[in-house]
Amino acid sequence: MSLLHLEGITRRFGGLVAVDGVSLEVPGSGITAIIGPNGAGKTTLFNTISGFLTPSAGRVVFGGSDITGLPPERVAQRGLVRTFQLVQLFEQLSTLENVKVGRHLHTRGGLLTALMPFQHGHAEAEVDAKARDLLAQVGLAAQAETLSGVLPYGQKRLLEMARALATEPKLLLLDEPAAGLNREETTHLASLLKQIAASGIAVLLIEHDMGLVMNVADRVAVLDFGKLIATGTPAEVQKNPDVIAAYLGSPAHV
Amino acid sequence: MILWALAAALIVYVFIRGGYLFAVLHFAAIYVIFVTGLNIFMGYAGQVSFGHNAFAAISGYTSAVLTADYGWEPLSAAALGLAGALLCALIVGYPTLRLRGHYLAMATLAIGLIAYEVAVQWGSVTKGYMGISGIPPLGIGRFTVTSDRGILVLLLILAALAVLAAAGIRRSRLGRAFVAIAGSEDAARALGIDVARYKLIAFLISAFYAGTAGSLFVHAVGFVSPEVYGLHMVVLAFTMLYVGGIGTVAGPALGALVVALLPETIRKLSDYQDLAYGALLIVILIFAPGGLASLSKLTWRRTSAKEAA
Repeated sequence: MSLLHLEGITRRFGGLVAVDGVSLEVPGSGITAIIGPNGAGKTTLFNTISGFLTPSAGRVVFGGSDITGLPPERVAQRGLVRTFQLVQLFEQLSTLENVKVGRHLHTRGGLLTALMPFQHGHAEAEVDAKARDLLAQVGLAAQAETLSGVLPYGQKRLLEMARALATEPKLLLLDEPAAGLNREETTHLASLLKQIAASGIAVLLIEHDMGLVMNVADRVAVLDFGKLIATGTPAEVQKNPDVIAAYLGSPAHV
Repeated sequence: MILWALAAALIVYVFIRGGYLFAVLHFAAIYVIFVTGLNIFMGYAGQVSFGHNAFAAISGYTSAVLTADYGWEPLSAAALGLAGALLCALIVGYPTLRLRGHYLAMATLAIGLIAYEVAVQWGSVTKGYMGISGIPPLGIGRFTVTSDRGILVLLLILAALAVLAAAGIRRSRLGRAFVAIAGSEDAARALGIDVARYKLIAFLISAFYAGTAGSLFVHAVGFVSPEVYGLHMVVLAFTMLYVGGIGTVAGPALGALVVALLPETIRKLSDYQDLAYGALLIVILIFAPGGLASLSKLTWRRTSAKEAA
């Protein structure tokens, strides 16, 4: 039984079919990558899975239950958490506080708790400890008190991942995590992704960096013009003539 | 810190000197409460409201009418007024806070104007422009606070509690959710935060502050008229919010004190008073664009930058 099951997902924008009948199984462990040329519909597919868009047709089943059309916060509650192609940090908060926000789903308390801070110091201390652990895990421990808005780009990406991990997801959706990273940062990211997968969190990522995909992905799905054209191991997909055609264009028929 | 020390010194000075400056400080303390509440919605949660004067008006007029005309106890009248303000906030906030962008700002502007018009036109209850006088001071049973000093102490205690509560909220899970919404609604939702719900909570909390300020005003002054809660209140509150530092914990309180007391310090300029007042506000915002509360951070950052170099 796969963790995430997509059944004929279609998303239209007026006359444009951005995602066209995509069916895909994402298992509950390891790293699955979605690749495809620009405009292939990868991010639209992500938005549909994570509840930011409702599919025009098809079903999204996560952990055995239908989550089609649920709003993003409800999707996140079930353990499916995403990051964004353009990093979305809470820039006016410190690095540490950003990760603390990620603990929202695993903590309780509203106004009354807020007004009686001394009675709830224990829960707050736990949130603090957990957030610092995650920062250490992605290598941002030294930046804990830094305003997140002033971090260099590569660190912002790492922070967004740490914040998503704070929700203890079952499936982590990463939208181009290596975009804008230099070679060194990408190497660090690759080892981090393997660590995350090894800790039992399934990862589904969109990526343009083929080096990274071939290095970390256990399975690859290829989208072209909204359609799923191939799935398989990285090596299989690399040899697939349809995939080569999608990326390089097909030879002209004479 | 210097500004706080100055404010404290001024309060002590007023306690000894007395006179009409009491009224100025009463006003300042009430605005500390109003603006601190507005900051929870506008500063923490990053939303916009032009209409919190309506919540002050609902609560204040309820207090005034029930005590002056119907002989209610001030506390129970104020409690009912607050409940009314919260109910109104719920009715306005529930549908509009689900929308993004400027819908909420428009809706709040509308209720602010409506509240003012009702206060003017509903003469049989509000006495229109004439206003309601003879409103009793706050108190429980026979125990009332009537002296200027007594009222000031009470208002300062309540203002301090209001700021403490706002500080507690900022450091809590609730406050983090508010600030997350201000930073990125999409990211907040992706982390499981129910954005519409938390916006509504922030709106209700700030309406509670506004209602409290509205009732305190009528009982402290003993008089109310529509102008008290007019558009001027919104302009003044915005000035205090930005001069003090929107989004910070102590900034709004600082802004309320500074903006309320500033006209008194330049009163000697008589004809040029408004000009000097405006110029001073502009100078503050040029040299402290993040508000007065950001000044301490700024100097700290400069020294740490020097150390790093």
